[in-house]
Amino acid sequence: MKSTILKTASSYLLPILLLFSIFILLRGHYLPGGGFVGGLIASIAFVLHSFTHDTEATLQLLRIHPRALIPVGLGVSALSMFVPFLGGLPVMTGLWFDEPVPVIGLIGSALVFDLGVYLVVIGVVLTVLFTISQYSE
Amino acid sequence: MELVFVILIGVLYAGGIFMLLRRSMVRLLIGIALLGNGANLLIFLLGGITKGKPPVIGDAARVFTDIYADPIPQALILTAIVISFGLQAFAIVLLKRVYVLVNSDDLDDLNTPEEEDI
Amino acid sequence: MLIAVLSGLLFSLLYIPFGKYLKGRLAVVAALLPIGLFAYFCSFIPAVSAGNAQVFQYPWIPSMGVNLDFRLDGLSLLFSLLITGIGSLIFLYASAYLKGHPYLGRFYAYLCLFMAAMLGVVLSDNVLLLFVFWELTSISSFFLIGFNNDDAASRKNSLMALAVTGGGGFLLMGGLVLMGHLSGTYSIREMFASNEFLKAHALYPLILALVFMGAFTKSAQFPFHFWLPGAMKAPTPVSAYLHSATMVKAGIYLLARLYPVLGGTDWWTYPLIVVGGITMLYSAFHSIFRTDLKGILAYSTISALGILVFLIGIGTTQALLAAAVFILVHALYKASLFLTTGVIDHETGTRDVTKLSGLRLVLMPLAVAGLLAGLSSAGLPYTFGFIGKDLIYEATLNTGGAMPVILTSLAVITNILLLYAGLLAGLKPFTGSLPSSFADIHLPHWLMWTPPVLLALLGIAFGAFPALADTALLNPAAAAMINESIDSPLKIWHGFNLVLLLSGTTLVLGAVLYLMRKPSAASVTWMARFDHISPKHIMGRTVQYAAKSAAVYTKTLHNGYLRVYLLCIILFAIGLLAFRLFTGGPVQWTINELGPVTSYELIVAGILIGAMYLTVTTPSRLAAIAAIGVIGYCICLLFVFYSAPDLAMTQFTIDTLTVVLFVLVLFKLPPFLNFANRSVRIRDGVVATCFGAIISLIAIQVLNEPTDKTVSQYYGDNAYLLAKGKNVVNVILVDFRGMDTMFEIVVLSIAAIGVYSLLKLRLRASDKD
Repeated sequence: MKSTILKTASSYLLPILLLFSIFILLRGHYLPGGGFVGGLIASIAFVLHSFTHDTEATLQLLRIHPRALIPVGLGVSALSMFVPFLGGLPVMTGLWFDEPVPVIGLIGSALVFDLGVYLVVIGVVLTVLFTISQYSE
Repeated sequence: MELVFVILIGVLYAGGIFMLLRRSMVRLLIGIALLGNGANLLIFLLGGITKGKPPVIGDAARVFTDIYADPIPQALILTAIVISFGLQAFAIVLLKRVYVLVNSDDLDDLNTPEEEDI
Repeated sequence: MLIAVLSGLLFSLLYIPFGKYLKGRLAVVAALLPIGLFAYFCSFIPAVSAGNAQVFQYPWIPSMGVNLDFRLDGLSLLFSLLITGIGSLIFLYASAYLKGHPYLGRFYAYLCLFMAAMLGVVLSDNVLLLFVFWELTSISSFFLIGFNNDDAASRKNSLMALAVTGGGGFLLMGGLVLMGHLSGTYSIREMFASNEFLKAHALYPLILALVFMGAFTKSAQFPFHFWLPGAMKAPTPVSAYLHSATMVKAGIYLLARLYPVLGGTDWWTYPLIVVGGITMLYSAFHSIFRTDLKGILAYSTISALGILVFLIGIGTTQALLAAAVFILVHALYKASLFLTTGVIDHETGTRDVTKLSGLRLVLMPLAVAGLLAGLSSAGLPYTFGFIGKDLIYEATLNTGGAMPVILTSLAVITNILLLYAGLLAGLKPFTGSLPSSFADIHLPHWLMWTPPVLLALLGIAFGAFPALADTALLNPAAAAMINESIDSPLKIWHGFNLVLLLSGTTLVLGAVLYLMRKPSAASVTWMARFDHISPKHIMGRTVQYAAKSAAVYTKTLHNGYLRVYLLCIILFAIGLLAFRLFTGGPVQWTINELGPVTSYELIVAGILIGAMYLTVTTPSRLAAIAAIGVIGYCICLLFVFYSAPDLAMTQFTIDTLTVVLFVLVLFKLPPFLNFANRSVRIRDGVVATCFGAIISLIAIQVLNEPTDKTVSQYYGDNAYLLAKGKNVVNVILVDFRGMDTMFEIVVLSIAAIGVYSLLKLRLRASDKD
């Protein structure tokens, strides 16, 4: 798996795949996609990188350990659930900005929720896979 | 086409059950994965299958103007797929752990000696 | 009121995190709660003794008829005061008794929980609420009895207590629900109205049987009495609290409480008189053959409980008043004796009455307490016990027919034996000469000797001046039992009559017995010969047989082979499904509305089946993994064909990751071993094929039924209008069913944490074997 071509290619693929995953995440409300798929694609990008380089190298690239993403993601999702509650509305009421943003469309609490899902999925997948690959080494 | 689906589901279930009944732990895991796929496909089929009409509202429209595939089984299956990944990850790591401990893939090696009196 | 009842629960929770700060003297602070509650309940005395029961209502589950209804009448007040009053002393006593114990916080937590539960039992007006608290007392007493959890006997006995009281509680629940169902209300107060109806109902004997079982198990009546002596393994403050004043009296309370609803019939009277009579005689007889101080007290307690059941069974106004008085009498002297015993045990390290003597020289205040409590238990004039005993005799004498002779002689014999037991526990350790081994004993912390002295003095005070308690407390308590007011002040002196003669006889014979008979180890061994026919051993053997047969049964079915279990389950499922399928109407073999089949779909299906064949047959692990990868991609393609782009994307990515996962873990494992021989494989193949076929057939049946699309319709129609999204699947996930998704990612996180901790856990050397 340590072929130079793949190694070089994956270095370029990583940002592209990450960009793509964010694109998938953002368009999820209007077209096929969403937090789960986006998160999975992002994880695949990192897994590919870790295969060609090294798990340690990928971890360094990430700067934070992926397991830290799990509570962050859960927190973001929970926040989007409880913000309406602070405004006196039932929990999980959808809130939206009136003006659409170019490319993304309307921004609302559902998107924030999906962002949380995205982060959790990345955190979970990478924690599982990196832990296993480190254990195997 | 529904009949093809029915046959595929039968095959997936049969294969999954067969693998479940093996002594090897890895095969047990594969069996669980196959059963999961079979169940997903079953839900998908029972929700009614529609060709080329994803449950996405058109660009200009505000509501559906045409028939569309049932979104509920899809949402259910999407959840199921992701959860089954979590399950398999945990199960496979458990297997690895067991393998390191007993150095065997054989389920029968996991039996503890009988506790004589209860 | 709600706060008063539940404060115990709250404090109990607080002691768990903050209990460690309770070390030493601070433990006295814990007693503030019962003291405060005691004062609170005392403030109700004027109102209640004037005949005004206090009612407090808080809605809880109104739709099921369960409300937090509390009612404070004379009976409840008597019990509440006992619970909080003796509770206060126990809290103080325990702070010195268990000083420096590592789990003091836990102890107070259990004790608070127990106190709250007990208050709940005596204050609840709703039978379901009463039952909840009833069970809470069982559980919390289980923890208290088993408090010394490193002692095997302690664990065993607490389990036995829980089994007996829990089993009784279960039956009681049946009785209470039946009562509530028949009378149409779960409020005890409202049940009074339908008592005639209940008594005439065909199910009345059943209700009684169930309620009696609950009360008998809780109050340790024969043949369920054996858990109580076992429960003496608890620390002595616990024994004093649970087994003198509170827990065991819960059964008595229940009978007294339900007397206006259910009582007064032959069905009520005779079982209670018989059971109470047997219990009081049997255990009074038993108590004189014990040498362990706590054993003596335990059996005499059971006997006293028997007397109470007996009195409630007789059910005349006099008997009920006698019961109310005796509850108080017994609680005072028995708690005092238990606490005295606790000090003796604490200081000398033994509870063997044959070894203890002369302790008055070193433990003077306790000798006073023991003497006074012993005398009260003996029923000497000017002690409260005297009044109690008089009332009992009066009650037994004034029953109709030939009963008085039998009942009175029963009561007299029991009282003689109890007198002996009381003197043995209260007097014997303090009289005689002091053995040299006990010479350097000195008086413990004052918190340990003042509570028993105080209780014993109270017994004398009430005895000398019965007006202190009669109209204020005891008359209302008895009045609550018969549901009409009573005004009969207690008297010390009744004049020369039969009752006085009987009292005198009791005293003389008991004293003679005490002087003549010396407790000895020989009598204990003599009694032990009959152990094998005691209810305790019968129950023990039953449990053993049950465990043995369970073991045999388990070894047959639970043989440790996962595939055998699975085979059983699958065969059973096949049988069940096939039975329903072929008997439930005509089986359809084809689908009415078929979509067209295209060539590329057939190719995908073919690849899937081929990959499946490879998965099942290949001996190579990697090939099998690759094959399930292929199966996953084929399913992904099917999702693409049939308008599920989201699914296709998810399936694709997950499938990729699953294969990576499998390869990472299994890469280094050896190839499959082929354990199964050909015939086993064929058998499994047949079973698996049958299962697949059944599922396929079911799918066909379902497809021929019309499906309900209202929910899908709703989501489809409102996705944009309500949730401003156009991809309905995503809208369902993040908006309509967002809560489910939230839990899903929580589950995923748990799986990741599981994986992480499983692998990061270092293997210990001992695990490697």
